[in-house]
Amino acid sequence: MRRVMVIDMKRCVGCEACVVACKTENRVPDGAYRDWVVQETKGELPTLELLIRSQRCNHCTNAPCVTNCPTGASFFHVDGTVQIDRDRCTGCRACMASCPYDARYVHPDGFVDKCTLCVHRLAKGKPTACEEVCPTSAILTGDLDDPTSLVHLRLKRGDVSVVDPEAGTKPNVFYVG
Amino acid sequence: MPLSRRRFLSLGAGTLATAVAAKLAFSRSAAAAHPTIDPGTDGHAVSTVCEVCFWKCGVEAHVVGDRLIKIRGNPRHPLSNGKLCPRGVGAVGLAYDPDRLVKPLLRVGPRGSEEFKAVSWDEALSYIANKLEDLRKKYGPESVALFNHGSGASWFKHLLSAYGTANFGAPSFAQCRGPRDVAFELTFGSDPGSPEILDIGHSDCLVLIGSHLGENMHNTQVQDFADAVARGADLIVVDPRFSTAASKAKTWLPIRPGTDTALLLAWIHVIVTEQRYQRAYVEKYTSGFDELAKAIVEYTPEWAAAETGLDAEVIRATARRIAGAAPASLVHPGRHASWYGADDTHRSRAIAILNALLGSWGHRGGFFRPSGMKLAKVPTPAYPKAKPPADRREGEAPFALEPLAQGLRRATLDGQPYPIKGWFVYGTNLIQALPQREETLKAIQALELLVVVDVLPAEIAGYADVVLPEAAYLERFDDLVPIAWHKSGVALRQPVIPPPGEAKPGWWIARELGQRLGLGAYFPWTDVEGYLKERCKLSGIDYATLARDGVVLAPDKPTVVEDGLALTFATESGKIELYSEKLAKAGFSPLPKYERPDGVPAGYFRLLYGRAPAHTFGRTTNNRLLGELAHNDRVWINAKVAKDLGLADGATVRLVNQDGIKSAPVQIKATERIRGDCVYMVHGWGHTAKGLRYAKGRGADDAELVSRVKVDPVMGGTGMRVNFVTLQKEA
Repeated sequence: MRRVMVIDMKRCVGCEACVVACKTENRVPDGAYRDWVVQETKGELPTLELLIRSQRCNHCTNAPCVTNCPTGASFFHVDGTVQIDRDRCTGCRACMASCPYDARYVHPDGFVDKCTLCVHRLAKGKPTACEEVCPTSAILTGDLDDPTSLVHLRLKRGDVSVVDPEAGTKPNVFYVG
Repeated sequence: MPLSRRRFLSLGAGTLATAVAAKLAFSRSAAAAHPTIDPGTDGHAVSTVCEVCFWKCGVEAHVVGDRLIKIRGNPRHPLSNGKLCPRGVGAVGLAYDPDRLVKPLLRVGPRGSEEFKAVSWDEALSYIANKLEDLRKKYGPESVALFNHGSGASWFKHLLSAYGTANFGAPSFAQCRGPRDVAFELTFGSDPGSPEILDIGHSDCLVLIGSHLGENMHNTQVQDFADAVARGADLIVVDPRFSTAASKAKTWLPIRPGTDTALLLAWIHVIVTEQRYQRAYVEKYTSGFDELAKAIVEYTPEWAAAETGLDAEVIRATARRIAGAAPASLVHPGRHASWYGADDTHRSRAIAILNALLGSWGHRGGFFRPSGMKLAKVPTPAYPKAKPPADRREGEAPFALEPLAQGLRRATLDGQPYPIKGWFVYGTNLIQALPQREETLKAIQALELLVVVDVLPAEIAGYADVVLPEAAYLERFDDLVPIAWHKSGVALRQPVIPPPGEAKPGWWIARELGQRLGLGAYFPWTDVEGYLKERCKLSGIDYATLARDGVVLAPDKPTVVEDGLALTFATESGKIELYSEKLAKAGFSPLPKYERPDGVPAGYFRLLYGRAPAHTFGRTTNNRLLGELAHNDRVWINAKVAKDLGLADGATVRLVNQDGIKSAPVQIKATERIRGDCVYMVHGWGHTAKGLRYAKGRGADDAELVSRVKVDPVMGGTGMRVNFVTLQKEA
């Protein structure tokens, strides 16, 4: 199994419902975020382009956070997602320094925290909180190893990108559209 | 050095091949030893109806222990489909806002001093009831006006109707959707409603005139919009600003502000002269086509190009595209339409006529026609006959559908046609909701009674004689909420958590006041749930199902012609009135006319305003859960213009309008995404109320700068995009 997320930038309007849903789903403390929205304008009036992207931990296949964690707290879950074992985490921030996406923060309780791809929900057959709430249905999670899954079929159609591919981390959050 | 979380990260192309080929570099045995965390936020889910905006989505509120933890869309509710916008999701921040009103307050300082003493409910209600008796004796019950927003106002409308006044002025009419509703009533015999009956999800062509869907986050409408975009529908966006919607469009028309009617008339010109309209539909359902065809001849694309700053050939080409998709071609009627005054009903009429020519009214992908659900009333005594509202003079704004809020303000100031001495203000911050603030403040000082019922101490509360703390929508029952959508039905708002402190639901407040005023017969129930059960029983709705599911749906009925809907029009002629005899008889142009907006004075910019996804006017800006989101409290200005003014992105300025009114300091967003002749702000920032400890001092207040309006003579709307500002750099 290889859990991935596919985000359709054409559908997304950048409303940040995903951000607020994640915060309330995962009890993310004030001032911290597990996901966020980036908007970038390209071009000059009147030939413009606006890119809107809901971002989060990329659950990289080559995850520097896992490699660089001295205590083994950052680990790959059986579904391929990157998770943090709070009991093993000392809050040393080696993972944060190595993450090219700035996806992690230190929880006030002393451990490092980030997007879990709502592993607790996926395990129950529910979508992630951000996918569930998204008014534009821009977010899709699924098993890339399953050739019948929507994420597999969508990625096969091409026009796919990832954030900072040059970092060599092989993200599992994909952007389409 | 830590990387910025919000910095832009470049995207590179990847392919499935590389994605699939990547081998997972983890050890399954190691993974098994690690636990994963369940945050435990599912709890017990209660179905209710959102009230953060007026869309009224069904939600499920999850309670763990006695605490509201999260809010999600109700999958059974046709306006949510299980989805929800950031404001609805973020309403946990409203429930636990530390600045909530929690005790009845009686004013002790001068009006506006925000000086109060906390009193008991009995003292507060007795004070109001005595004053109302006093006003009734001195001036008659019509001397009391209600300004309201939101569904909870129904209890106070009921109370004050029983008391004997009809002066109910919602700023949502004359300061918002009024011109649109009047124009559509005149043309089709009914208006686009709320939520708007637009089948965007099936439109093959969608035209947005200044509507910034996606920033204007009406849940179902945005769901449909995303579907239309994903399907590759032809999207044409007319906006001086490169809105989020414009970024999804096949064609963005960066129009000169205030010239939209010229563009619409030129589109009609092309569609009529090239005979691209839906001939059978027009022949069967419309009247006045010949008059329209004659009048439209002069409005060539070349003429419109000079007015709008757009290219004549682009105008022609877009008209052909719009017509080519008919009848699944929708020119969005917009919502906030009080823009330029004289022009507003005409502009909305031009939109209505265009839709008629496209045959979109009643067709899939156009305007659908919901059947609604018939709800019985719990019988109460008839209301006493009230004097006609005081908002208009003889012959003024003859087509207004509701009392004009600014008209009630004027009557408060000059006592004509009769005195207004008491204001009830429910759920609307009149200080920001009405233009020409000086008038509002003068009127407030002339009152003998000002009662504010609300959940947060916005500016208006600071002027009240009595502030009544209301339970937020998550803490109260309200009356049944009808659903008129593709599927019609009814929804229930019910309490999820108890209110904070001594806050009380609106139904309780209205009923208590009614009893003190000798109007107890109008509230023939002791608790509201008894009333709701009775109403459900009379309407044939199973209350237990409604309480459990949050919604009960009516049997499906056709909502479009394709499914068997028969089209009827509630106009005098029974037809779609392209040419309006009614307007002609009242002395107005029976066909839409373009009025060129005043030019922008040298050194000034036209002040435009709009919405951001996480905010509903000013009422969400104190919500800490939403306030942290994207920086949308900045003033947008064209990047090159900003550079010429020596202003870098993020520089702090004050806006000074044509009358010398100066805003609070505010940062600029220097961007290519707006024309150089205007600036743009999100409405609802710049609070000054000291009780809004989070929102106070954030951003600037656009409404404060709207010291001038142009009034629509047809229906009394206050056009507000007629103000100009300069930028003064702050040291």
